[in-house]
Amino acid sequence: MEVIAVSVDSMFVHKVWDEEELAKMVDGGIPFPMASDGAGNIGKVYGVYDEAGGVDVRGRFIIDPDGVVQAMEVLTPPVGRKVDEAIRQIKAFQYVRETKGAEAMPSGWEPGKPTLKVGPDLVGKVWKVWKP
Amino acid sequence: MAEEEIVGCGKPTGSVVGEPETATKKRTQEESKEVQMVAVKVGAKAPDFEAPAYHKGKFTSVKLSDYLGKWVLLCFYPGDFTFV
Repeated sequence: MEVIAVSVDSMFVHKVWDEEELAKMVDGGIPFPMASDGAGNIGKVYGVYDEAGGVDVRGRFIIDPDGVVQAMEVLTPPVGRKVDEAIRQIKAFQYVRETKGAEAMPSGWEPGKPTLKVGPDLVGKVWKVWKP
Repeated sequence: MAEEEIVGCGKPTGSVVGEPETATKKRTQEESKEVQMVAVKVGAKAPDFEAPAYHKGKFTSVKLSDYLGKWVLLCFYPGDFTFV
């Protein structure tokens, strides 16, 4: 899994932020590319550019190996994301892909927990295999 | 991954791949051209883009389509040095 971070800041600012602050929180600094969307061009097509503030808001997209968007989450700036949740979703989508869609992940699914084998036999019988 | 970029004194920005002019224009100048709105939808292709980037001490560039074959977590955030 690869991460790409994007903000409207220049790569010069990314460098100094990484060196001066982030490297003090993450050993060795940020391991993934920090891209610059100074004009908001990328944020606009992803629907996360806030014209009034001139920033890309907190949008997170899970993109599969075919380049298809499988999930998105967009938050206004004051609340941060939970990385564990993004990882859980990626694992769930990876599992679905491995089974070629034969299995689905019920609400609250986590790695190791039962999945749903979708098909005629499961109709009306989910209660037998899964409890919230 | 892309080669290291030689940087000038401009403030380069990213652009959407496939948009006329913006994609082909040299990124060393500020872009003023309005980009066409494309709605991102789950289950649909992620719009390709290319942008200058900072990565582990180097100035480089990223292009989303270079990541085909891999899972990508694309994260936008409001700004460097903001608090959250």
